[in-house]
Amino acid sequence: MLDLLWLVPTLPLASYLVLAVGGKRLSRATVSWLGAGSVGLSACLALALGAGFLASPPPDHRFVQVLWIWMNTGGFNPAIALQLDELSLLMVLVVTFVGFLIHLYSVEFMADDEACSRFFAYMNLFVCSMLILVLADNLLLLYLGWEGVGLCSYLLIGFWYKDPENGRAARKAFIVTRIGDTAFAIGLFLLFVHLGTLTIRDILELAPAHWAQGSGMAVAAAALLLGGAIGKSGQLPLQVWLPDAMAGPTPVSALIHAATMVTAGVYLIARLHVLFSLAPAVQNAVAVIGALTLLLAGFSALTQRNIKRVLAYSTISQIGYMFLALGVGAYSAAMFHFFTHAFFKALLFLGAGAVIMALHHEHDMFKFGGMRKEMPLVYRTFLIGSASLAAVPFVTAGFYSKDLIIWESWSAPGGNPWLWGAALVGAFITSIYTFRMVFVTFFGEPHGHAAHGPGIRMTLPLVVLAFFSIVAGFLELPHTMGNVTFFSDLMHTVLPAAEAENGRGNELLFQVIAAAVSLSGILIAYLLYYRRSAVPERLSEIPVIGTLGRLWFIGWGFDWLYDRLLVRPYDWLARVNRRDVVDAVYGAIAYITLGFYLLFSRTQTGKLRQYAAGIALGAIITIAVVIFL
Amino acid sequence: MNGVPPEHALMLACGLFLLGMIGLVVRRNIVFMLMSVEIMLNATGLAFVAAGAQWGQPDGQIMVMLILAMAATEVAVGLALVLLLNRKFKTLDVDSASTMRG
Repeated sequence: MLDLLWLVPTLPLASYLVLAVGGKRLSRATVSWLGAGSVGLSACLALALGAGFLASPPPDHRFVQVLWIWMNTGGFNPAIALQLDELSLLMVLVVTFVGFLIHLYSVEFMADDEACSRFFAYMNLFVCSMLILVLADNLLLLYLGWEGVGLCSYLLIGFWYKDPENGRAARKAFIVTRIGDTAFAIGLFLLFVHLGTLTIRDILELAPAHWAQGSGMAVAAAALLLGGAIGKSGQLPLQVWLPDAMAGPTPVSALIHAATMVTAGVYLIARLHVLFSLAPAVQNAVAVIGALTLLLAGFSALTQRNIKRVLAYSTISQIGYMFLALGVGAYSAAMFHFFTHAFFKALLFLGAGAVIMALHHEHDMFKFGGMRKEMPLVYRTFLIGSASLAAVPFVTAGFYSKDLIIWESWSAPGGNPWLWGAALVGAFITSIYTFRMVFVTFFGEPHGHAAHGPGIRMTLPLVVLAFFSIVAGFLELPHTMGNVTFFSDLMHTVLPAAEAENGRGNELLFQVIAAAVSLSGILIAYLLYYRRSAVPERLSEIPVIGTLGRLWFIGWGFDWLYDRLLVRPYDWLARVNRRDVVDAVYGAIAYITLGFYLLFSRTQTGKLRQYAAGIALGAIITIAVVIFL
Repeated sequence: MNGVPPEHALMLACGLFLLGMIGLVVRRNIVFMLMSVEIMLNATGLAFVAAGAQWGQPDGQIMVMLILAMAATEVAVGLALVLLLNRKFKTLDVDSASTMRG
């Protein structure tokens, strides 16, 4: 049964090839069936494989399928090999399952788009790359998937390429993530030079034997890998590409944010957790980056008007939570949040997409209003997703996963009150901006009229995702409420468990605080935005707060900063160096040659007597040299 | 053998060679230039004979035979070229035939 593992990434790949080669000749229905069906089949297969895997786990909780040796040169022989363990199983399930729902949704969302086959081809390749990334047995294959994901994000963000602004956003995403990828590649070289292998399992075994705790090499390797992770996952300081990535069609945003791409960094760190625990400094940096990112992105989300940008910043912020959990050593908490986040974030994006489509691609949510009556089903599912994002206690999946992270940021070995405080403030902001979005979009006076309600292919994914946004949380309940540890038991076969240092005694108190914080955030959003009170306007008139709000609106000015610091100097350099400096050397060689040519061609007078005299003179000089020297 | 001392023969050859070379550079008439080349060739021939006599070897005289044969072919080709030159430029002045300058 497990031998069919290779089919999971191959099905989307095959569909991609068919669509890329012959997509234009296929009918729209065939394209949809092929595009969504291949991922659906993949999801069914993954479910079956997962059931088989959990029913009778292979020895060592790890199944490896070597397909062929990629290359074999000088002791370097990475294989095209897939590895299935609980961690990759979780990722595969989420990628295929959520990916399939998004594909199904896209069938209707992209129905009127002329480049439908191109869209599904890219989407399939995207899913395939992500599956390769999470199933890879060695880091080189993982890097292949990593780059594939980057390529597909470029293609999909710039999908509507006729608008140059979209092309710019696509290039930005590609270039910014490339910075991280370069660090990642250097990290791979370092690992290979020192450990002589890129196979993940071998690295995890060899690294502790080779490197002492906190040794320079371990820190360097972990830091370089972290560089790759923050680039892909949109963490500080490489988060600037994510909000602009909203230029693509909405299902693409859902796919990038929920199922693929941005969680690659989280997966990478969890997968190579041994390296990070060898470098405590880097692991602390992971936690600090996560905490800072979740705060900065949360504040930015507070002031956005574009509904997709709110969601984009909220993704950055939620990935920040995952990084925080990874940084304090609570790996399974990070993966749990990834798991629940995939459902509710996909749900929110798809719900927002339904509203956007109904209102003729209007993105400004202050022009929505009153959509509750127009689209009741979308409203209900969106509300569930928002409640999960805002971590409404007890009934939502987001509460259990986020509460776990907040608790671990206090109690785990790497946790401390500062991180806990940041996580708590982040949770407060999260619930404010989430419900600001809900109230502004669905309540109040309708500003526009919905053209037509979404069809079954759009509502079905919404309903399924809403179901999981609630139910997924019950896989792991805290000690104080039922103590279900199904999820963490699964993860702890791969990832180390976080030992609580500060005792479990007051966990209940912390949960009450977290719940109160998220509820009070909702209350504030209700007071400010449900009744459209004038308080936000009046607040923004206070100079300090107004400036701060504008700063948040442009994402803390990181774009401005990078523009001044990197883009413009580079532009200037390119302009100054229009006539290539290096080229001047070769130009000079040509110029000197030309000079000699002109000089010597003067001597070609055509006068025979001068030639004869020249020969005689040359002979005399030669003889003189021979005799006298 | 009490003949001419080799130094004298070599000095004569040297003088002849110089005369030929000066003639080659100074004269503009191509026929005279060819004649100057012949003088230079004969000067080398004389030097070979003198050297052969000095060492009592026949090689020097054989070299003269070679030079004579070579001079004959050279004149044959050279005079043909002179004819062509004359036909094209209507003159024997080499300086006027300098159309192949760089």
